[in-house]
Amino acid sequence: MNPRARLLLGALLAVLLLLPAFASNYVISVATLILYFAFTGQAWNVMMGFAGQLSLGHSLYVGVGAYVAAAMFVNLGIGPWLGLWVAILVCMALGAAIGFLAFRFGISGVYFALLTIAFAEFTRVGFDHLQWTGGSGGLFLKVAQREQMDLLNFRGPPAMYYYAILALAAGALALCAWLLRSRAGYYWQAIRENEEAAQALGINTFRYKMFAVLISSAMTAVSGVFFAFYYNNLFPEQIFHISRSIEIILGPIIGGIGTLFGPVLGAFVLTVLADGITELLALFGVEVPGVKQVFYGVVLLGVVMFLPNGIWPSLAKKIGVGK
Amino acid sequence: MRPLLEVRSIAKSFRGLKAVANASFEVPQGGIVALIGPNGAGKTTCFNMIAGVFAPDTGEIMFEGRRIDGRRPDQICVAGIGRTFQIVKPFAGLSVLDNVIVGAFNRTKHLAEARKASESILDQLGLGPKRDLPASSLTLPDRKRLEVARALATGPKMLLLDEVMAGLRPTECDQMVEVFRELNARDGLTILLIEHVMRAVMALAQQIVVLHHGEIIALGTPQQVVRDPAVLECYLGEETEV
Ligand SMILES: Nc1ncnc2c1ncn2[C@@H]1O[C@H](COP(=O)(O)OP(=O)(O)OP(=O)(O)O)[C@@H](O)[C@H]1O
Ligand SMILES: [Mg+2]
Repeated sequence: MNPRARLLLGALLAVLLLLPAFASNYVISVATLILYFAFTGQAWNVMMGFAGQLSLGHSLYVGVGAYVAAAMFVNLGIGPWLGLWVAILVCMALGAAIGFLAFRFGISGVYFALLTIAFAEFTRVGFDHLQWTGGSGGLFLKVAQREQMDLLNFRGPPAMYYYAILALAAGALALCAWLLRSRAGYYWQAIRENEEAAQALGINTFRYKMFAVLISSAMTAVSGVFFAFYYNNLFPEQIFHISRSIEIILGPIIGGIGTLFGPVLGAFVLTVLADGITELLALFGVEVPGVKQVFYGVVLLGVVMFLPNGIWPSLAKKIGVGK
Repeated sequence: MRPLLEVRSIAKSFRGLKAVANASFEVPQGGIVALIGPNGAGKTTCFNMIAGVFAPDTGEIMFEGRRIDGRRPDQICVAGIGRTFQIVKPFAGLSVLDNVIVGAFNRTKHLAEARKASESILDQLGLGPKRDLPASSLTLPDRKRLEVARALATGPKMLLLDEVMAGLRPTECDQMVEVFRELNARDGLTILLIEHVMRAVMALAQQIVVLHHGEIIALGTPQQVVRDPAVLECYLGEETEV
């Protein structure tokens, strides 16, 4: 990272840290959403962007992570700090099962992506019928007392959630930066670029692909836990839906797959513009259902056509910072 | 002393087509052996069996006295055999240096060390000035050099080179020959090379194995092989002047 990149990143972090001091609750809620997508996109990027394994079923890990921690909290009275670890372990086990099935039996590319969708779908159906978590009727957490901060149970004012997701997003960025410069990071990229050549250079491709899936599923589980305690209500129909998986991957695609800052930038662009358009239309008294989805489509089309590597690589060059 | 690599009557068929039939040869420790023969003779198939891309249908392959046939390519690389691909397979999206660093991570897990080793290998192969370019921007001869650099970076005891001189100009070819000579003399690197460029074969090889229709039709020193009537007929022909 060059000095200029350091300076810009420091400035951005300072602004984000001070944001709750001067921003309205609305701005904080939008910023929370951006950081949530930045974090989740970063998690997905480890698998696809770094290791080249396309998952279209990341809603699986968000959903299972959310349900595990929420159900432990609601049904057993076990707080999220313990629930978090259980959620991570369960999601890693799921990721390991999918990875093992696929990588042992040579399922790759489109077929791998289909397998990830299938797992998410099956799990959705499973949760629809799991009475312990409320089935299709949903699972609800008692809405947080806005004024009271209860860190132990992760209940509190919007700023608490904001700082939590900021820490997660920043931590994920740092973790990914470190991973990318490690042996595993190089090996992932080699596998992504040419698996046969990677293997010829001594890389146990099965092991490193599994490693990518495990890291990605663990990170996404954390997203899920955050989601549950921030939104307070979970429905299998929504949280496991494929559109949720798509939402996760749009940010990194638009920002730049495989780059470190792409998921962050993509989350920002998508969330701010989508919200802006909805607000703008509301201002004119127009309410079009599905306008967000259409907007996503348009942005995606534009990026694919004009910036196939995403916005970040060309922006990074313009402002003179490295990848 | 026991040969570093022993290939014992290996065979491989593809849907009935015999690509390699009953081939046996050896590569002595510190030696340079060339595998030559017409197109489709089964040379690359031999390499792929040694490198673990697929197991031989029959026969066995020993490296340092241990059986390696049927092991995975990454295990074979870790065992000490580095290979290049005839049809080059660069990591197109990575820089030239990063391509080589991937290979160097086979012997160290520290980036700084891997980078240092990679830089010196790139310099040795004349790719130093291009190390920060994306591999996708290289010309074919440079991609061949990159294949060699990457395989060398893994720190092999034996190097398998599959037509790395193809497309090089004669002076470039001589430079490459010089690099291999030095690696062989200085580091004791053992080399098995597939090559059509006879200029390089004659300059490097101590032993030549000639493959034709999957079978070994001649085996000996360069002087013996280029005079062998069977070889002259099926492969070298008028080329022997080179
Ligand atoms: N993976 C494969 N599947 C099917 N057939 C193959 C495969 N690899 C090689 N062959 C066939 O086996 C035969 C030997 O091929 P091979 O690549 O070993 O020849 P070669 O001696 O390396 O030739 P060249 O000098 O053209 O590189 C050819 O007929 C080829 O079509
Ligand atoms: Mg060949």
